[in-house]
Amino acid sequence: MTLKELAAQDWIEVVSSEYDDAQIKGVYTSDLLSDVMANAEEDSVLITIQAHNNAIAVASLAGINGIIICNNRPVPDDMPATARKEHIALFRTAHNQFKTSCLMGKLINGA
Amino acid sequence: MNRLPDLSPDKSPLSLVELIYGTPIKEVMSADPVTLDRKASMRRAQELMRDKGITGIPVAEDGRLYGIVSIHDLIRAMQIEKLDTTVEDLMTSKVVTLEEAMPLSMAISYFGKYSYGRFPVMNSQQLLTGIITVRDINVTLINRLMQEVTRYEAMLDNDVKPGLSITRVFHTRRHDFEHGGRASTAIKQHLVEHNLDRRLIKKVAIASYELEMNQVVHSIGGTISFKVTPESVEILVQDRGPGIENVEAALTEGFTTAADWIKSLGFGAGLGLPNAKRVSDEFFIHSQIGVGTTVKAIIYLKSKETER
Repeated sequence: MTLKELAAQDWIEVVSSEYDDAQIKGVYTSDLLSDVMANAEEDSVLITIQAHNNAIAVASLAGINGIIICNNRPVPDDMPATARKEHIALFRTAHNQFKTSCLMGKLINGA
Repeated sequence: MNRLPDLSPDKSPLSLVELIYGTPIKEVMSADPVTLDRKASMRRAQELMRDKGITGIPVAEDGRLYGIVSIHDLIRAMQIEKLDTTVEDLMTSKVVTLEEAMPLSMAISYFGKYSYGRFPVMNSQQLLTGIITVRDINVTLINRLMQEVTRYEAMLDNDVKPGLSITRVFHTRRHDFEHGGRASTAIKQHLVEHNLDRRLIKKVAIASYELEMNQVVHSIGGTISFKVTPESVEILVQDRGPGIENVEAALTEGFTTAADWIKSLGFGAGLGLPNAKRVSDEFFIHSQIGVGTTVKAIIYLKSKETER
């Protein structure tokens, strides 16, 4: 599954579309940025409610290519620009972290 | 009273030595000072001091110095009710002077040696051309030191040599989450450009980001510097306070002193320092309440490689 394929899902809203398409190799769900930093795998997608620039910074440092903001949390105006600058895909969904994680699980593992 | 440090050339930083020994008093003094004629009254001295906001006036005619009237002389005149006496009668006539061409260090040492608040400054013909006060020296020193420090910081910031080895310094500000991660992102970018092992880059990124955000979250601001060599990445973070009360506790996973609003941003879970320490090959921390915290984290680029 690639980021572009994820973007096409009907429950995904694309907030920033300027990113390098890449295979999604894993998913990490956490709202704790130190935890993401320490434990998320490279080339994964982050599911979180942290809708601010520090989430982008952590994603960039941890080698995460895409972020899904849950619960339709409002995205600050400067966040899409930061995501573009770091070539990170920024998505949003109305689902919560658990539902989003389940949907991602199905997409990735086909379960 | 605070004591002056030993400013002898062999005990001071070179740039400070250059500054105080290389700047002539002429560049520091206030030129064309207000003066009084010998026959002026003490009352006139009082008016001038009040109007000009000064505490001492040289008594001089055509540049020739006869004495100086200080606020102490004026107080004495008021006590003995002689405000209408000429300044000539009540001035201090044994005046210690400095010369324009003397170095600033001389003025500093004179203020240490004598209890005067000002010294008249003479040119090579022994004519009065200025007056120097501690305030003049302070203003000059602060201005020059600002220029010097700005120059040094620019040098450090721009010290990007071609190749892997670099030294860079970044500043952090209290609660400036907006720019949090800037330093770590820049250093990661640099390592990526030099094709370092991704796992090593991630270790550097984790240590650097945690230490950087710790400064943003907890300190009143500081610096984060990186020294990259082919052997290692050394991350040195220094802040200006408030200091960590219990370093051992701070290194324990889950220990936190962060406010709730900081936690809501995804920080302050008590993972920062433990994470940084875990990924570092060498890790030193020193903290003093009221002074600040210094952390040095070193990640080896070479030896780890050979171990694998």
